[in-house]
Amino acid sequence: MFTRKGAIAAASLWLALTGGASLAETPNLGKPIDEAAIAAWDISILPDGTGLPKGSGTPAQGAPIYAEKCAACHGDNGKGGEAAALVSDRQLAGISAAQKTIKNFWPYSTTIFDFVRRAMPFQMPRSLTDDEVYALTAYILAENKLIGATDTMDAQTLPKVKMPNRDNFIIRFPDRI
Amino acid sequence: MSKHRDMRGQALEATAGNGLIDRRALLGRGIALAGAMGAGIGPAAAGAEPLAQPLADPPWSLEFGDRTPPYQMRSKFEAQVVRTLSNPKHEMRNSHARTPHHQLEGTTTPNGLHFTINHGGVPDIDPDKHRLVIHGMVRQPLEFTLETLSRYPMVSRAAFVECGGNSAPMFSPEPLQETVQALHGLASCAEWTGVKLSTLLEETGIDPRATWFIAEGADSPHLSRSVPIKKALDDAMIALYQNGERLMPGNGYPMRLLLPGYEGNMNVKFLRRIKLVEQPALSMYEARTYSPILPSGKAYRFYFLQEVKSFITYPSHGHALKGPGLYEISGIAYSGTGPIEKVMVSADGGQSWAQAALQEPVLSKAFTRFRLPWRWNGGPATLLSRAWDQSGNVQPTRAEFVAARGELTKPPPVLGFLNQHYNSITSWGVATNGEVKHVYA
Repeated sequence: MFTRKGAIAAASLWLALTGGASLAETPNLGKPIDEAAIAAWDISILPDGTGLPKGSGTPAQGAPIYAEKCAACHGDNGKGGEAAALVSDRQLAGISAAQKTIKNFWPYSTTIFDFVRRAMPFQMPRSLTDDEVYALTAYILAENKLIGATDTMDAQTLPKVKMPNRDNFIIRFPDRI
Repeated sequence: MSKHRDMRGQALEATAGNGLIDRRALLGRGIALAGAMGAGIGPAAAGAEPLAQPLADPPWSLEFGDRTPPYQMRSKFEAQVVRTLSNPKHEMRNSHARTPHHQLEGTTTPNGLHFTINHGGVPDIDPDKHRLVIHGMVRQPLEFTLETLSRYPMVSRAAFVECGGNSAPMFSPEPLQETVQALHGLASCAEWTGVKLSTLLEETGIDPRATWFIAEGADSPHLSRSVPIKKALDDAMIALYQNGERLMPGNGYPMRLLLPGYEGNMNVKFLRRIKLVEQPALSMYEARTYSPILPSGKAYRFYFLQEVKSFITYPSHGHALKGPGLYEISGIAYSGTGPIEKVMVSADGGQSWAQAALQEPVLSKAFTRFRLPWRWNGGPATLLSRAWDQSGNVQPTRAEFVAARGELTKPPPVLGFLNQHYNSITSWGVATNGEVKHVYA
């Protein structure tokens, strides 16, 4: 991904951004680290699927994991409990955030995988295997009828799931990006 | 405009309706004000106040005082000045603590009263074992410790941090009778000291194709937000100190991302990882939570900015005025775009306005304190403030704001976050008995 040519370009870009001034001397105390050594922490997933790990899961595999590890807070079959509903046919109406559901609002399916993997279960985050996260993501998507009941979710199929609300967003301040 | 004249012949000129006095009376004419109060325009006007009692030494003037502690705490008499908690029993859900603006003055929020939102409790981080990694589209991934970062060139700056959901109760179709703490307490301002992110990126190098970075915390939700590289090269900071001491645990100890003027949630606390990437992650907080729904049914994405805003902190709901007389209206203004240009205040519900005095220094993306003298005649008054920033942005009226952003169909729970990024005017109605209500003017 990163090339020698890119590195030279980056240095040039940096000079451009600092108005051509010479690079300030810095302490250089950062310790070089390989991406392999960062792997255990690198859980970033992008909407195009970049970063999705190996593994896979189906709705049928996800159902018992959901019942065991998620239903206590999110309710049976994702209908909601102390924590938000994950499965709903509610339509957006009015400006209340309480209307938002995965199906009617979340623009990318990768966000489900990302959030479950980094933050769930709430009392024991990072305890699920990647296969379990794929299976739970498949279960939630299938219960919402966003994928078929037997579809397998993996690094190739998950980013291709079309979420209904994807094109319904307005970038607030485009000049700040 | 009416003029009142005190016994020393100093005019206290009303500059707007219902008793607002020229701000210059505050800045250069303190003696005139003192004279005016002494001359019987204040509460003593009725002449009913008896003379003060003869003085005697109280006990604390006659005995050896308390020990001097290594880390001092405020007076026990200030114990009621506290943050309000959304989750006082520490149940397994998120927790908010709101700053009591109606009990504070100046522009710096004391560290113990800085607002905080924690999504997975406050992590107990050993600073010696904490690591910050910068990787992704860089020339050389690097790992930093608190100790190594502490040797880098530092910058200090004042900056407010405000939750994108601050003031969410203002989306209510009718004014909730709540304090400024409940309505606007998820904003605070501190002096932050740390290392500019651009300094560290000089060492890692930047692939020119990288347009975003993803910041991630070391707390249990591993909170993650995407930020444009533009901000990294502008004023983003790895903050290590808050008002001169190490960060409070609830504010990100031992290090946090500080993005002056940007939505609080993006200022990732307990910062442990920065990854340079070509596209935003659309993490849950950006894809769902901080994408506010518009009346059209569409939603804003990447709101980022905390836009120009002000509110009066005194008098405000919960205060009670003790009779007609001279008061000082005081409040806070700020803008994520830059410094505040001016604040206008009205005492008659927006029919007439007077320019408030701004406390120097007026700093970019920081709280600015505004003040204006006001002579309350004891009649009904409706107090409003409206701020402009130096980029020309103006705080919208409520009518303008609701037309653009809508309002809820019924009053929400005050702790709810049913929409985000409210920055319209707050109005306080003063009744003839001195009580202050929250009103929409």
